[in-house]
Parts: sequence; C-alpha cells; structure tokens
Amino acid sequence: MALNIDETIEQKFQLIGGNFNNAGESSSQLKLKLTELGADEDIIRRTAVATFEAEMNVIIYAAAGWLHYSITPQYVRVRIEDMGPGIEDIELAMKEGYSTAPDWVREMGWGAGMGLPNMKKNSDEFKIESVVGEGTTVEMLINFP
Amino acid sequence: MKPEKTVTLKEIAEILEADILVDADNQDIEIQNACSADMMSAVLYYHAPNSVLITGLTQPQVIRTAEIAGIKMIVFVFNKKPEQVIIDMARQKKIPLLSTPFCMYSASGKLYQAGLPGCSVK
Repeated sequence: MALNIDETIEQKFQLIGGNFNNAGESSSQLKLKLTELGADEDIIRRTAVATFEAEMNVIIYAAAGWLHYSITPQYVRVRIEDMGPGIEDIELAMKEGYSTAPDWVREMGWGAGMGLPNMKKNSDEFKIESVVGEGTTVEMLINFP
Repeated sequence: MKPEKTVTLKEIAEILEADILVDADNQDIEIQNACSADMMSAVLYYHAPNSVLITGLTQPQVIRTAEIAGIKMIVFVFNKKPEQVIIDMARQKKIPLLSTPFCMYSASGKLYQAGLPGCSVK
C-alpha cells in the first residue's frame, strides 16, 4: 500500500565515528517516522534493520559520515556515505561471515560479517561504492507494497 | 517434541529464576520465540518479531538492536546487569529486562523445554 503523503519527506543526520552511545539514533528516528506515517510493519522492520546495520558500520569503521533518507508515497530510500577506510574487495565483503573487524569490535557484539549481507537481504535495491582511503557509499531502496 | 507455545514475561522470569530489572507496562505481552546470541548482526539477521533475546552482552547497542528489530524482551545470562543508564534507556523504550543466574545454554534449554521455539532461519 502506497503511503498517504503529499510530498517527499527528507532528513539528514551526521554520524560520528566511535560514538557508540548514540549509535542507532538516526535509524530509530527513521523507524519512528515510518511508524507515524502508518507504513507496513514488515517494511518498517526491514528498513530499520538495514539502516541500523549501515549506521553501525560508519560508527565502527569511519571517522564520520552522513545518513540521508527520503520517503515518497512509493518507497523509502536511505543513502549512507562515510569518510572511512573504504572496502578493498566488495565481493568478499558481501559474503556472509566475512569480516575485518578487530577484537574490540567483536567484544561489543559487532563484526560477525553479516552487516552488508543483511542490508542487501532487507532492501529491494542495494548499491555500494567504495574507494580505499576515501570512503564508502551505500544506497538502499525499499518499496512500499 | 516441537515447541510451539507462547509465554509471558512472568512465566519466563519464573522458568529462568530471573530478577526483573525492567518490568513490562503490558503484562500480557506474548513471546512467540527466542534467539540466543552475543553477535548483534546475527540477531538482526535471524530474529523473528515478538521474540525474547538471550544474551551475555550488556552494551547499549543491545537495547538499540532490540528496538530496531522489534524484540520484545531481553534476558541477560550469568546474573549480568547493565549499567543504570542502559536500564533507564530500556525503560524509556519499553523493553523489559531480566537477569538470570543460568548460562546461555541452560537458559535457552529451559525455555525450549517449556515449549518456546527458536527463531527460524529463513
């Protein structure tokens, strides 16, 4: 069911690497917004999970980044760009279980190598671009049924 | 026996001899399945709605993961208790927290034996 909104709703958040206490806040706010708009429960869950995984990647690996979402009557699009180390081999990084996370990240419950596959699994369209030494951009689109 | 029962917070607390750190506003919440993990991405990948998370991690991201994934309740094993600020965060987000003396294996086994199924891998 398409959302009953007149215009595109957009929001942008700055993400700070290493800020674990606030990590996930922008994903929570997107979830809240979709709930307010009366989106389908499964769509909300998929969007929230995919966005949260992307947000955590920025917090864990990058110095800083931006999360931008836009909600139209037909879909929600989330774009996350970071100033991080970049990904050397994207194909490898997309494999379930592959991770370059150091021990301290694993001790916090992250770095299982499921983040990128989980983003792809929960999106209808998933794009990733990365330049080593510059950063990574992930764009996800989830259609309203 | 294939477990296929729903259980309430009170029943889980009794089975696991758990302390209730944050009680539920709604005592009628019915938990339909359980997920045991310390890796949050695994929880986000495999979880099902209306589940209880059994974990040894007490970081703030555990509460956030539950909020994002729609997990209805968290049980900490080995009598672990998160810091007060994390307990307050869970209360604000209305996610009940329990702390059990059992290890993750035993806590999971006891709930399975009581009829609560695991999250299915899709």
